[in-house]
Amino acid sequence: MSQNSSPARDADSRYATELPGGSHWSLMVRRGLQLTLTDIAGGANVGMLLYNPAQLTERYNAPDTLKCQHTFRLTAGHCLYSDMGRIFCALVADSFGWHDTVCGNSHARQVARQWGGRDYQVDRNRWHQNGYDSFLVELAKYGLSRRDMAANVNFFSQVSTDEAGKLSLSRQAAAGDAVSLRFEMDTLVVLHTCPHPLDQAAVYPERPVRVALAPADPLQEDDLCLNHCAENRRGYQNNALYHLGLPSRSA
Amino acid sequence: MIKHSQLEVRHARRRHTVRAGDYYIAGLERGQTLRILDLEGNQAADTLFYSAADPGERYSAMDTIRAQGNVYLTAGTILRSNEDNAMLEIVADTCGRHDTLGGACASESNTVRYGLETRCMHACRDSWMLALQEHEGFGLRKVDITHNINFFMNVPITASGELTFADGISGAGKYVELRALMDVIVLISNCPQLNNPCNAYHPTPIEVLVWDELIPA
Repeated sequence: MSQNSSPARDADSRYATELPGGSHWSLMVRRGLQLTLTDIAGGANVGMLLYNPAQLTERYNAPDTLKCQHTFRLTAGHCLYSDMGRIFCALVADSFGWHDTVCGNSHARQVARQWGGRDYQVDRNRWHQNGYDSFLVELAKYGLSRRDMAANVNFFSQVSTDEAGKLSLSRQAAAGDAVSLRFEMDTLVVLHTCPHPLDQAAVYPERPVRVALAPADPLQEDDLCLNHCAENRRGYQNNALYHLGLPSRSA
Repeated sequence: MIKHSQLEVRHARRRHTVRAGDYYIAGLERGQTLRILDLEGNQAADTLFYSAADPGERYSAMDTIRAQGNVYLTAGTILRSNEDNAMLEIVADTCGRHDTLGGACASESNTVRYGLETRCMHACRDSWMLALQEHEGFGLRKVDITHNINFFMNVPITASGELTFADGISGAGKYVELRALMDVIVLISNCPQLNNPCNAYHPTPIEVLVWDELIPA
């Protein structure tokens, strides 16, 4: 199931941090960096949205990402596209093999129903945070709102369908599973570590995730993502136009 | 699931033919029923819904498919909002399956899908952009244009996780009908795509019909 074009780059990371489960964060990731997410304990979920900081109305577009690459799952070789036909980042390494991008987020009502309500007074930072409110909080920091919330990626959660289209959370990552994203343009990354909305765990899952940033290797002509399909080659041409006139990136 | 309508065309309050490459934008009141009719077959009606009272609340593909546990839309599907509220119900469907994963065509994604030389060909998103500009009163902006429904499109998922754009399962005269559970804005692009074999490279008109609330017999 797993595909690896290059190993996870934790060893030479310039920055690494650990996010507890049920948390949220946002950061600017520059073109030429590789972001590696590692599921520390197994069963993690990382919800992620992507925006162009120079033009925030440009954002991750799940339908374009899926149909440009004729895929329902995301794994190594795939690129995450913006609604403007550009590539935010490329999945250059993935030990898990199937990440969801159609199920959206857990909501406060659902989390309360399954695991009890969110209560900071009692639970402090181990409160039952949900994915939707996590995104709302982070988006507001950039002047964005629910209107800016597109379909997100859910890393480390495999959602498959049967012939009739029935959805199920069929597999979750094991401890040590990692996925690496090579950023092809400056990107505002908004993420949370809240449970996948189809997670049926008996207790609220608190699954920590390591986030590491390292310089990416320069794009080679035989790159896995560039050559995954003719569509991706054209996506890279759109990025080249976008960066025309800028100094070429250095690792 | 195939389910026929009991509504009679002669009782429809409004009827509009929407030609390929044009858009339709209008309010639909709670209790009213909207029918989208595929006049010639295998056409894609790219459709979005917004709460009329609060356009920041809108159709959400993710909430809809998650709540019903199924990626395909058909009779019985409740279309849900980004606030996880019920917006409309599909009450009749003679096609049997509609897509909400593939999104709409845009001139920008067309460059990726079909070639850089397709950049200036008309696309659904450009129809929507014009609709927003010509109908500012609805309060919609580019950020409100998201993950739509493709009525009459067939986009099956394989067991190994591939997305396939199969031949249409619609045909001339097939329709889908939705009853509004709240006051909504309906925004449709009748898809102008000339590069996709699923409409035999020949986009065709659709008709939109609206009935008032059913009066018990």
